[in-house]
Amino acid sequence: MTDDRFIIGILVDNAAGVLTRVSSLFTRRGFNIDSLTVGTTEDPRYSRITISAHGDEAIRKQIIKQVRKLYNVKEVKILPIDNSVKRELALIKLRNKPQTRNDILSAVDIFRCKIIDFSPNTLCVEITGNSSKIDAFITVVKPLGILELCRTGVTALERGCVYLNSETKTFEEEICEEDKGEK
Amino acid sequence: MKLTGAQITVETLIEQGTEVVFGYPGGQVIDLYDALYQAGDRIHHVLTAHEQGASHAADGYARSSGKVGVVIATSGPGATNLVTGIATAHLDSTPMVAITGNVSNAMIGRDSFQEVDITGITIPITKHNFFVKHVEDLADTIRTAFQIAKSGRPGPVLIDIPKDVQTGLCEYEPAPVVEKEKQRLPKEFKIEWAAKMIRESQRPYIYIGGGAITADASKEIEELADRIDAPIGSTLMGLSAISHENPRFLGMEGMHGHYASSMAQNEADLILAVGARFSDRATGNVSKYAKKAKIIHIDIDRAEVDKNITSDLGIGGDLKIALQELLEIVEPKKNLEWDRRLDQLRKEEQEQFQKNTSEESLTPYALIHEVQKHTEADMPIVTDVGQHQMWVAQFYRFHQPRTFITSGGLGTMGFGLGAAIGSCLATGKKTVLFTGDGSFGMNLNELATVSKLNAPVVIFIMNNGVLGMVRQWQNLFYHKHYSQTTLERKTDFVKLADAFGLKGYRITKRDELSSIVAKAMNEEEPVLVDCLIDKDELVLPMLPPGGSFDDIITLKEDPS
Repeated sequence: MTDDRFIIGILVDNAAGVLTRVSSLFTRRGFNIDSLTVGTTEDPRYSRITISAHGDEAIRKQIIKQVRKLYNVKEVKILPIDNSVKRELALIKLRNKPQTRNDILSAVDIFRCKIIDFSPNTLCVEITGNSSKIDAFITVVKPLGILELCRTGVTALERGCVYLNSETKTFEEEICEEDKGEK
Repeated sequence: MKLTGAQITVETLIEQGTEVVFGYPGGQVIDLYDALYQAGDRIHHVLTAHEQGASHAADGYARSSGKVGVVIATSGPGATNLVTGIATAHLDSTPMVAITGNVSNAMIGRDSFQEVDITGITIPITKHNFFVKHVEDLADTIRTAFQIAKSGRPGPVLIDIPKDVQTGLCEYEPAPVVEKEKQRLPKEFKIEWAAKMIRESQRPYIYIGGGAITADASKEIEELADRIDAPIGSTLMGLSAISHENPRFLGMEGMHGHYASSMAQNEADLILAVGARFSDRATGNVSKYAKKAKIIHIDIDRAEVDKNITSDLGIGGDLKIALQELLEIVEPKKNLEWDRRLDQLRKEEQEQFQKNTSEESLTPYALIHEVQKHTEADMPIVTDVGQHQMWVAQFYRFHQPRTFITSGGLGTMGFGLGAAIGSCLATGKKTVLFTGDGSFGMNLNELATVSKLNAPVVIFIMNNGVLGMVRQWQNLFYHKHYSQTTLERKTDFVKLADAFGLKGYRITKRDELSSIVAKAMNEEEPVLVDCLIDKDELVLPMLPPGGSFDDIITLKEDPS
C-alpha cells in the first residue's frame, strides 16, 4: 500500500447517469481510482460516492477542483485519513474440506469475521474492516483455496460533527457549536 | 396555456433571447421544426448543408456576439455530426446550447432507427448535458442549460429531447432571461499578495488568454500594463482582446508566436496570467517553461490554476473584478532595463521578419496585409486551422475584442466556413474567412449556405496544394517524408464557387494581389478568392516539439 493514497467523499444528485459523469471524469483526466462505492444517503435527493485513489498533492487538488465543476456534484472533500472511519466489506467463498476447515475457522475467529454460508463443498466468509485487515485475511486464507471473492471498496465518514452535506444542521451539531462557544 | 413540448422548446429559446438558431431537420425533430415553422416570425432558423456546419455556425455566432449560440439536430447521425462542433466549443469555452431529438422514451435502448446515446457520447465534451424524460421538466431544463452555458467559464450544453416529450402537452409559463451564476469574489489577501509580487518584479509580463475576451477585461489589462510598465503577450485565443496599436502589445506568444513575445515571456521574472490556461501550444515544454518567472494565475475556473503549470499565486474569480481590485492598490512603476531589453527583442524580431519575407512572391503576409487595407476594425476575421491560421494570428492586426474567430484548443480543420456564417449573422458585418485548401475541403458544402443567405463572407483560400502544417513538421523533423500531405487534387475553386452560385477569383502572382483583393472586398455578396501560395512557406518562428523558448527556430535556413 502506498502512502499517497487518499479518500474522497462526494455528495451528488441522486439522478441517472451521475456515477458515469464522475467516473468518466477520472478516466478522461487520467486519475486512477483504487475503489469506488456509491449509495443513498440520509437525504433522498443525494447519493454519496466514496472514491479511494492515489497521487501526489497536485493530483489530489486537481481531482477535487475538477470534480467540483460537475453540475451534479454538490460537495466534494478529501477525508482526513487519520480522522475518518473507513470500512470495507468482502465476501470470500472458500473450499470446504475437512483438512483445511480448522485453519479457516481459526482465521475467522482471529479476524473476527463471520461464516455466512456453509455447504458440503464450500463456505462463505463475510469480513468487514479496514482494507488492510481484509488484505491480511485474504493472505491467510489464500493457500486454503479461495473460489470466489468480492470486495465492496472503501466507504468512509469523517469523525465527529463534520458533514459533507452543508445543509445538515442537526441537533447534535448545534450542541457541538454550543460546546465550542463555552470553551 | 398548454403547449406541446416542441412549442415549449421554441418558446423557451425565444424567452431566453435566442434570435437565430442553426440546424438541420430530421425524423425525430419534425415536431420541433413544426413549432419553428409556427414561430417563424419570432425566431430565425438557418438551414446549413450539414449538422457540423450548423454547430460551427452556432459557435461562430456565440464567439462574435458573446451570446449563447443555439444549434438543433435530429437523433442518431444528426446528433453525432454535432460532436466535433461541440468539442470545438468546449475547448475554446464558447457558450452554446445544442438541442437534439431522440426516439420516444419507449423506444430508447432498443437500438431503434437513428437512436444514439448522445448524452453518453458528449459527457466529456460538454459542461453538462440533459436527457429530458418528462415534458414537465422541459422548460426549466432549457433555462438551466442556458445558465450553465453562459455562467463562469462558458461552454456547450446539450439537451436531448425524445419525440414523445416533444409531442407531450404541458402548461407553459414564460420566465425571465436567466442570470449568470454569481461568482465568488477574489480573496482580498491574494490581491494584496499579487500587488506585492508585482512591486518586487523587474521584468513583469502580462499573459492573456481567451478569458480576457469573455470577461470583457481589455480596458483593465491595458490600464494595468501601463501602470506597472509591462508588455502584454497573448495566446491564440486571447488575440483581439488588446489592440495591435497598443505599443505594449507584443502579439501572440508560444509555439508559433511572435519572437519578442515568446522571448519576453521566457525572460520575465513575473508572469501575470489572465484568463489563459498554459496550453502546451503556449508554453512549449512545461518543464523548461519560464524558469526565471514567478507566476500569478487569475482565472474564473479554479481548476485551471495549477493544472498545467504550478503557479506561485492562484486567484480564482472574475478577471475583470480581480483586475479592478488590483488596480485599486497596485503602485505605478517603471522597469527601464526591461523596456530596453524588450526594444531589443522587437528589433531582432523585425530583422528576422525582413530576412524571411519576400517582396516579389505571393506570400501569406502580403495577402493578409493587403486584405487588412480593406477591412474595418469591427469586421470578424475567421480562420480554419493550419499554417494559414498561424499566419493570420501573426500578421493580422486586430483592434476590437471578438473579431478573431478561430478554433484554438481543438484545432478543428473545417471550422472556418460554418463559423464565418455564424459571425456574419451575429454582427451583420462583412466577414473575412482565411482558410487553406486542406481545411476548406473538409466542409466546403457550406458554400451552399453562404450562397443561399447571400451573406457577405469573403473567402480567401491560401492554396498551396499541400497540408502545410503537417508538411512543415515533415520538412523539419521527419526527413522531408511528405507522407500523404501532398494533395494533388484537381479542384478548381473558381469553378466550384460558380457551381455554388458565388463569385470566384484567382490570384496567381503578386502583381494581381491588390486589384483582386480590392475587387473581392468591395463585393456586397459572398466571394471566394483562390490564392496560390508556395507550398514550402514555413510558419516561423517555431518551437520544435518538446522544445522550450531557448530552442526557438526563427529563420528559414535554420531547420536544425
